[in-house]
Amino acid sequence: MATASSPTAQMKLRVEDGQNKGKSTFESWGRYPTYAANIIPLHWQGDFPAVAQNLHNGILPVGLGRSYGDVCLLKDGNLIATPAMNRIIAFDAETGLLTAEAGISLAQILDFAVPRGFFLPVTPGTKYVTLGGAIANDIHGKNHHVAGTFGRHVTEFELVRSDGTILRCSPSENENFYAMTIGGLGLTGLIRWASLQLKPIVSRMIDYEGIQFHGIDEFLALTEASKEIEYTVSWVDCTSTGKNFCRGVFMQGDHSTKRAPLKPSPEPKLVFPFDAPGFALNSLSVAAFNTVFFHKQMSKRVVTLQDYEPFFYPLDKVLHWNRMYGKSGLLQFQYVIPWNNAREGTVAILREVAKSGLASFLAVLKAFGDVPSPGVMSFPRPGITLALDFPIKPDKSFPLFERLADMTLEFGGRLYPAKDAAMTAAQFQAFYPEWEQLARFRDPIITSSFWERVTGDQPSL
Amino acid sequence: MNQMTATGNSKEAQRKILVLGATSGIAEATCRIWASQGASLFLVARNQEKLAAVAADLRARGASFVDTAVADLDDTDRHPALLAHAVNSLAGLDVAYLAHGILGDQTRAEQDFNSAAHILHTNLMAPVSLLTWLANFFVQRRTGTIAVLSSVAGDRGRKSNYVYGSSKAGLSAFLDGLRNRIDREGVTVLTIKPGPTKTAMTSGMKGSEKFADANSVAKSIVAAIEKHVDTLYVPFQWQPIMFVIRHIPERIFKKLNL
Repeated sequence: MATASSPTAQMKLRVEDGQNKGKSTFESWGRYPTYAANIIPLHWQGDFPAVAQNLHNGILPVGLGRSYGDVCLLKDGNLIATPAMNRIIAFDAETGLLTAEAGISLAQILDFAVPRGFFLPVTPGTKYVTLGGAIANDIHGKNHHVAGTFGRHVTEFELVRSDGTILRCSPSENENFYAMTIGGLGLTGLIRWASLQLKPIVSRMIDYEGIQFHGIDEFLALTEASKEIEYTVSWVDCTSTGKNFCRGVFMQGDHSTKRAPLKPSPEPKLVFPFDAPGFALNSLSVAAFNTVFFHKQMSKRVVTLQDYEPFFYPLDKVLHWNRMYGKSGLLQFQYVIPWNNAREGTVAILREVAKSGLASFLAVLKAFGDVPSPGVMSFPRPGITLALDFPIKPDKSFPLFERLADMTLEFGGRLYPAKDAAMTAAQFQAFYPEWEQLARFRDPIITSSFWERVTGDQPSL
Repeated sequence: MNQMTATGNSKEAQRKILVLGATSGIAEATCRIWASQGASLFLVARNQEKLAAVAADLRARGASFVDTAVADLDDTDRHPALLAHAVNSLAGLDVAYLAHGILGDQTRAEQDFNSAAHILHTNLMAPVSLLTWLANFFVQRRTGTIAVLSSVAGDRGRKSNYVYGSSKAGLSAFLDGLRNRIDREGVTVLTIKPGPTKTAMTSGMKGSEKFADANSVAKSIVAAIEKHVDTLYVPFQWQPIMFVIRHIPERIFKKLNL
């Protein structure tokens, strides 16, 4: 069972271009690990499985590579890239049911839907993910406590297996494939198109409120008080100890109900232009950032009307912001711990992080609700979720990560595969005992570096 | 130059556009912009399934009207009937957009004349047939725009793709002459010279991840048609690049590996 706890596992292979399909490095958002792969873009629904015939090694459908670790990587394999397959198939302007090819991005869906008075039912912190990727990772957002995961709003989709079998999947048709594909990490087949139930809006604006809190109990009280509010999320400072331990800003919002022009969003202009040097992010600069962020909000409570772009996608303003972490990349760590241990577990893990001195630039804290997902392998469950970023420091990051993962396990929680590059096979299999079901529904030639790492399961070619 | 009065206020919303080769990457991206403006579109392509997918997408995006015809544009005998049908279906025509073409296989074309002839037929002979009909149609009405995808590859022959390049060189020269003839009749002729663009045609080509984005190329094309531009290099950097390439003395150029 290869764990990625050794930094030497990181490799960058440069392979000369093949005659037709170029071998190149497809990066996940964390830029760790980096593997060479053969990238095969899909342009048309009919291209698959034809493009996957006579290939050596396994295949993996991928979207925009916004997952952080290796769920979207396949070392020396074939990545079936879907973003060029992004057509709208049908849209019902009355009900807001959108059917589109799976490579369409949430950004493209918003460009289409917002001027027509509709919004995504669930959105993650970036709009640069594909519809197929959102299903495969059963993503969640700030409204998990009321709306559940993304998969809950996917009424049906078409799954194509590498043997050419086409399965229409919904809660009432091929139910088992529907349940295994939502959160199925792309392993059950290629999602060719999907239908997504959008929700009506009358304005781009969000009625926003930001509230400073000190300590986990204030966070929990705010969570309890905001149950009726659609979107809630907190930024938490995990560098501070002592009286500032677990201080943060609780951010909440609802779609404004005051009619306002539904213009499309302007295109982002800022691009993080180069890889920052390794020393740029250190415990001092991150602590400074955290202090500034905390006090940027001058008063205890800020109420304002905010456009949805900065509310949902503050980091999308700077394309390639991951370059800030330099060439060695970043590790994400996201757990959910069920309510019975949520408070204790979160405090313990935050203490461990603060003690380690390994800076976490962004730490996001949120309470998940109890709306069930149709996906068997779906990550969220009722409790507290915390997401942390770490720059990769060879001798320190991986041991810390392994400690945090073990603590998560002790508290009955689990980690999010879409954010992971380091959990061990034993940890994964304890977090997700359902993995053996997914193994049975996996397409025989589809696999990922993540899947091979945490299961040892190989494609049968 | 501005003779669009025949279509009234010539707002995009009323625009009637014929697209030949509508499933090509650049054409599809261009059509999405027109669809969102509410244009009426008649789409021609070879593959029924792909054409249907593009048409459904454009309808959803707000095109006022979308009709399609499956045709192999290599079959020039069919052109007059096809074009007449399109004009009939749209009940008029404001813009004809020629976007079909093939890259071909240079290595094969070097060995096999039939392969070279096929590239020249698809990229040059077929457009000449279409343009002859369209030019005369628009001249009769003393209005209209013809926009044609040529290529920077036509600006100078290079060993890596001179068969494709010569088809586009011929096309560009034909368009220069056509413009010289019919611009004064109120018909705009736009020669579009895209640099390498990320589409299905170029996927898997060396360095294709650095190619221009089809959507930004499409935006420039829509703007150029609105402004009645004669020749569009897109992205614009290709204009100075090709200026330099055209002016390298042949005794040096012939030794380069381009």
